[in-house]
Amino acid sequence: MKISVIITLKKDVLDPQGKVIHQALDGMGFNDVNEVRQGKYFEIDTKETNPKKAKDKVEEMCKKLLANLVIENYKIIDVQ
Amino acid sequence: MKSAVITFPGSNCDRDMDVALKKFGFNNKMVWHQDIELPKSDLVVLPGGFSYGDYLRCGSMASKSKIMQSVINFANSGGMVMGICNGFQILVETGLVPGVLLRNKYLEFICKNVFVKISNKDNFYFKNINNNILELHIAHNEGNYFCTKDQLKEIEDNAQIAINYCDAEGKIEEIFNPNGSIKNIAGIFNKEKNVLGMMPHPERMIDPSLSGDDGSIFFKNLINNLK
Repeated sequence: MKISVIITLKKDVLDPQGKVIHQALDGMGFNDVNEVRQGKYFEIDTKETNPKKAKDKVEEMCKKLLANLVIENYKIIDVQ
Repeated sequence: MKSAVITFPGSNCDRDMDVALKKFGFNNKMVWHQDIELPKSDLVVLPGGFSYGDYLRCGSMASKSKIMQSVINFANSGGMVMGICNGFQILVETGLVPGVLLRNKYLEFICKNVFVKISNKDNFYFKNINNNILELHIAHNEGNYFCTKDQLKEIEDNAQIAINYCDAEGKIEEIFNPNGSIKNIAGIFNKEKNVLGMMPHPERMIDPSLSGDDGSIFFKNLINNLK
């Protein structure tokens, strides 16, 4: 079973990389961008076959390792 | 006095720390990250470097390595644990000290001497130290200290700020903040003040002919406090 997770920075956390990417996009002529926030994407392939259990396990992984909840949010976006 | 320095894959200030601790009288042991038990120690140091190549988040992989459970137990039972630079990043990832260390505000790796003001001397790290300001070295890409508003209130209420970036006179102002840290925070304690995390490297300032000598002041004072 494959589970996809995205990790994003919380709203009030400064994202200097996102800012620089935004500036670069501006310089390339993409002038209508309001903001860019950079995050992380994980694909986790697990032996678990029960979607609910697999999702719960990945949620635990997010809380314990994949995300730092002081600055980041996680979202499980796909279970296949 | 006995100390232990943990070496993680990618640590690169572990031997500098070993030299510094021995120079000021510690009987130091190097401990590998895959070991399970700590040797009997009065002080455990998590050194600087790039443990696990800074994968995922700086310090996050090291914070889950085998030896860390013993380090966490040691800290929770009142043992002195000091994390320098990457060691500080590992400490925040374990949750032993609050907050996180983000990428430097201006996205540059900073490698220079800075001044820090000691904000709290009511602990074994800085008790009896004559100086209020130390000149130490920083070298990091992720030293921008951040915490939530609630955490900051708790940190201030419990006097957990250890050192702040300042100028040679001790003025703590934004222009002396190298990396964007909240309140110019360069180092922080846990509530009980037995765990200290800080970005500056005292072990790089122990030889007046090579660098400066303010690290010597710190280590001499530290071992006297532990005796």
